[in-house]
Amino acid sequence: MKNFNLIINGVGGQGVVTLLSLVDEAAFVEGYDVRSSELHGLSQRGGSVETHIRFGEKVYSPLIPNGKADLILSLEMLEGLRETAKSGKATKFLVNEFVSPFIGSLTKEEIKKQFDGLKNEIHFVPASEICKEKLQNEVVSTIYLLGYAVSNNLIPLKKESVLKAIENKVPEKYRELNIKAFNLPFIYNNDN
Amino acid sequence: MKKEILIGNDAIIKGALISGIDFVSGYPGCPAAEIGDEFAKIGKEKGVYVEWSTNEKTALEAAIGASFSGLKSLVNMKSFGINVCSDALLPLAYTGTKAPMVIVVADDPSCWSSAQSEQNSRAYAYLSHIPVLEPADPQECYDYTKLGFEISEKFNMPVILRTVTRAAHQRAIVEFEEVKNKEKKIGEFIKNPHQFSTMPPRVLEQKKELLDKVRKISLYADKSKINKEIGNKKSKIGIIASGISLLYSMEAIEELGIDASVLKLGFFYPLPEKLITSFIKGKNKLLIVEELDPYIEKEVIRIAKDINPKLSIFGKEVLSEIGELSAEDVSFALAKISGKTFKKFTVKNLNLPKRTARLCEGCPYWYVFPTIKRVAPEAIIGGDIGCNMIGGLAPHSLHDWLFCMGSSIGISHGVAKAIQPASAQGSGVAKKVISLMGDGTFFHSGIAGLINTVYNKSNPLMIVLDNRITAMTGHQPNPGMGKTSMGEDTEELRIEEIAKACGVKHIKVLDPINIKEFEDTIKEFLEKQEVSLIVCKRICALLARRQKQQ
Repeated sequence: MKNFNLIINGVGGQGVVTLLSLVDEAAFVEGYDVRSSELHGLSQRGGSVETHIRFGEKVYSPLIPNGKADLILSLEMLEGLRETAKSGKATKFLVNEFVSPFIGSLTKEEIKKQFDGLKNEIHFVPASEICKEKLQNEVVSTIYLLGYAVSNNLIPLKKESVLKAIENKVPEKYRELNIKAFNLPFIYNNDN
Repeated sequence: MKKEILIGNDAIIKGALISGIDFVSGYPGCPAAEIGDEFAKIGKEKGVYVEWSTNEKTALEAAIGASFSGLKSLVNMKSFGINVCSDALLPLAYTGTKAPMVIVVADDPSCWSSAQSEQNSRAYAYLSHIPVLEPADPQECYDYTKLGFEISEKFNMPVILRTVTRAAHQRAIVEFEEVKNKEKKIGEFIKNPHQFSTMPPRVLEQKKELLDKVRKISLYADKSKINKEIGNKKSKIGIIASGISLLYSMEAIEELGIDASVLKLGFFYPLPEKLITSFIKGKNKLLIVEELDPYIEKEVIRIAKDINPKLSIFGKEVLSEIGELSAEDVSFALAKISGKTFKKFTVKNLNLPKRTARLCEGCPYWYVFPTIKRVAPEAIIGGDIGCNMIGGLAPHSLHDWLFCMGSSIGISHGVAKAIQPASAQGSGVAKKVISLMGDGTFFHSGIAGLINTVYNKSNPLMIVLDNRITAMTGHQPNPGMGKTSMGEDTEELRIEEIAKACGVKHIKVLDPINIKEFEDTIKEFLEKQEVSLIVCKRICALLARRQKQQ
């Protein structure tokens, strides 16, 4: 397999880094070489946060060159749109249908309209809404999105590897909720 | 041996633990802060004393005391921290250490979490003659920390481990040894002023001893495994790369399919001159890949002059001196010098609204910034480091300058002195000067500036935004909280009492949520002939939420 390049981005405080560490662990469990890069501090305080994960046989740099991302997983719509500036033809998008507004930001409709002009494969998933409704918890929407990505083969990782990563990395009191959120999209897929 | 995914900073901790670390001090700054945070959590069981010091200078001095008393120490700080502690760093190179010491300095090329400057702390190697190691990734963060302690022990010299954001905050697989819990070691101070005191005329002897040590360490560097040649040694194209630049260089070579050999430098200082000499001998073209300033490039140009005068050396003419590098940058440079074509990806300009850092929901500063803007729209306002940096961004846009830790009050004093004739002071005619500062920064370096305003008679209004913690860097305790980094109870220092002792006559402590009281106090204090202080005391919203959950 050629190295898989994943960008996870969103707004500081949304749990971008937590999600990144789970994907890292899952890729490690599966026996891949892994490198990722994240940002803390000022850049995490409600600003745009972009993190990179690469896994495969041998990874040199933790940063993904422009245009080379296989998947961009965005926890916020405007941040997803921002990534289209440097996405390649083969880059797929998985975008949480959630907007964190600020003064001068774009509406959901405006963002979607700009996405419409792209030829890339794009999945909009209302993960925050679904998790609120099904699990009474919005925070795990990031894990739901990871479940969506794995169940739709957007990330070449096995379901068992991610479950093992959750077991290894998530504190016990939140583990069950995380597993539920991760499993939800698989159940949906079977239904449809 | 264990194998896990570790972030660079955690790998540094593992490296220090396996080296038998006893004493950890530092001041929190991004991208280094997790080192001190994590040590504070595990210190007790691992038998390590851990503190967040009041600033980087007191942190280094604490470690020097520990080293002189026979304890292995590690000091951690961000790039600018080394400026703050440099006054103690330079004599430390002269005296040397007794027990080994590693100083972690985390630079932030591209300024992801830094205002102030895009500092290249490697320059301190030249100023201090202290060895500098540059890890590229978490495995090297572990290995080089271990090696740093070994070098320090062998030569009685402190060693600087210089990381960058992309190494410190990189996660990758690390092979490491786990250590057992141990009892805390008690040090012993054996008097030896001959080594520990730099009083002249001894100081010049010490300089000679230092330069002798550097020559020995240079020979050691020539043989060290962390400097090594990778790839086809006979290739006519060479790359010299240090730290994180190695990873970008390796990727670029693979991307272009070029036959090039790489000299990887783990040592930045002293450079392995013999190794560099033998590497560049048979080369036609040489690319130096280093981030920011061209320090290695200059050294290599000097060495090449005699050894291989026909060698074409490329560095900053093909790689930027500003911002971090990427594999793409190196591919572009390598293609250019080797006559290949490489097209850089064109990033589209989407013109999207920028999402900058902002105050958290419920942040007490939401009450502070708009009130100041409303009451004193004409005021000249100095900003400072920490969460109040966000006051410089829209929609607040309050700051007229932003420099370094504690400088808002220091510069306010100079502005107040400069623009106000003595006759205008207190008349309400002259423009008013306000200095904003967080509680952590006040304890770090704000106090000296405040004393200067009192002593030299100027009258800025200082507003301390006391959110009861050092928030921006990840919620570290500070002297205003009554808790140490390891969670022990300690004296809770009151900012207002310190100011009073410094001679400040007009002091008010208030909760900024009481907007009317805050407004009235600003108006009243701006009329004062002397310096005045408002302490806006209200807990950080994130901290309040966390305390509630516990």
